[in-house]
Amino acid sequence: MNDVLESLFRAEVRGLTLHRVQGHGGETERVETYRGTTVKMELSEKVRLEIGVSDHFVQPTVNAILSAAQTGAVGDGKIFVLPVEKVYRIRTAEEDQAAVTPVG
Amino acid sequence: MNFADIAWMLVATALVLLMTPALGFFYGGLVRSKNALNTMMMSVSALGFVGIGWALAGYSIAFAPGNALVGDMSRALLRGVGLEAQGTIPHLLFFSYQGTFAIITAALISGAIVERMRFGSYLAFLFLWGIVVYAPVAHWVWGGGWLSRLGALDFAGGTVVHVNAAAAALVAALVLAPRKDYARQAILPHNVPFTLLGAGLLWFGWFGFNAGSALGANASAALAFTNTMLAPVATLVVWTLLDLVRSAKATAVGAATAIVVGLVAITPAAGFISPVSALLLGAAAAFPSYAALLWRARTRLDDSLDVVAAHGVGGTVGALLTGVLAQKSWNGTADGLLFGNPRQLAIQAAAVLAVAVYSAGATWGILKLVALFARVRATTREEGLGLDVTQHGEEAYTSGEGAILVLHEAEGPAAPLPEPVLAPGGGAS
Repeated sequence: MNDVLESLFRAEVRGLTLHRVQGHGGETERVETYRGTTVKMELSEKVRLEIGVSDHFVQPTVNAILSAAQTGAVGDGKIFVLPVEKVYRIRTAEEDQAAVTPVG
Repeated sequence: MNFADIAWMLVATALVLLMTPALGFFYGGLVRSKNALNTMMMSVSALGFVGIGWALAGYSIAFAPGNALVGDMSRALLRGVGLEAQGTIPHLLFFSYQGTFAIITAALISGAIVERMRFGSYLAFLFLWGIVVYAPVAHWVWGGGWLSRLGALDFAGGTVVHVNAAAAALVAALVLAPRKDYARQAILPHNVPFTLLGAGLLWFGWFGFNAGSALGANASAALAFTNTMLAPVATLVVWTLLDLVRSAKATAVGAATAIVVGLVAITPAAGFISPVSALLLGAAAAFPSYAALLWRARTRLDDSLDVVAAHGVGGTVGALLTGVLAQKSWNGTADGLLFGNPRQLAIQAAAVLAVAVYSAGATWGILKLVALFARVRATTREEGLGLDVTQHGEEAYTSGEGAILVLHEAEGPAAPLPEPVLAPGGGAS
């Protein structure tokens, strides 16, 4: 996760939200044993990032994540690129392109 | 009176008392987070409700002179329990020390009935159990009752504490019926670090439990202390190897369990056997308890935290091996089977059986009695919501998000809310 953050910052992408989630991908099962009970752990700890960028930043952001997060193992995850209808910056009420352009 | 004895027994009493909150952590880590507080409270509340019973009547029933079955009430309400000598320590200190034993014995039972008992009924159960079950059994073995006259050897409570609690736990688990999720859902420990912490503190306190049972700062205490170190060491090694053989992974829960099993097994033997015997006993005790653990998980018996496997099986193995390994050259009292006295083993077995039968029967009676006056079992809805919220109105792990202060009618808020400051240019606070 820290590698991904570093990579994003280097790509000048600094606005993001991180969720700690549980998820299931194509991974092989994890088995845990507690005394006489054996269980299959179907959900694994995962991370979900939400990043809002203007159009010309989409590819740099995707590249930054791909380069840092790739391990080659099943369970690396996915990047979904979704269209956004409108963006507002709450502090200044700027809209769309201006809202996602960093200040200063 | 002996001042060294007094000093040691003061410390030993505190050590044993620590074992009850330690048990709270041991058990608490093994249950789901929605039941963490309830589980820990089942241990902590024993300090109150068994402790008070001990002062009112339990001590007298256990240790006052009486007949083969119970002591009389001459020591009830602390009458006749003062600063005069009881052995080489003040009577009050002996009373206190023994009281910590009663408390933890009752608390042990809770492990079999976690996550499903109404708390009020549990408190009533604790109070009655300490007086009706623990105290007479203590009298039989330690208070001059029939098992002590028979020659049963129980240094610190393999039978009085562990077999006793386990028999009660078995009955309680049966009477209360399994949790709704048992054998249907995966029920996992919510905080294994707590369980490890509990095991560590239990071991620490157990030095007071076993070595303090020498009732003095003497050679017997030193032997018991050493054996209390060696036996669990052996159990831990064997158990770890068993874990590695079974699943190629040495589990933390297994380590914590092994420590407790080893300590349980050495409890009756601590001051009676040699240190080498203690290592052997500890190693041997791992196998039956490990097997019992695995077997129980495949049955419909919801002895949730394996009180029977750890304390029942462990206590029985320890009591019987005391009958095998006792060595008069080490303990000054009696030999076991290996040293020319086969009769001791039979006496040990008889004691285990007698205590188990009485404890089981009396526990059943107490539960049925309590059930006449109150619901004993939590409803399935309460089980689902969690007993912390339903029995205690508390949460162990809440962030407080979404919690709104309830103000009483006559008051408003304590102070008026500060006005937001508006900077020039329209920026918000």
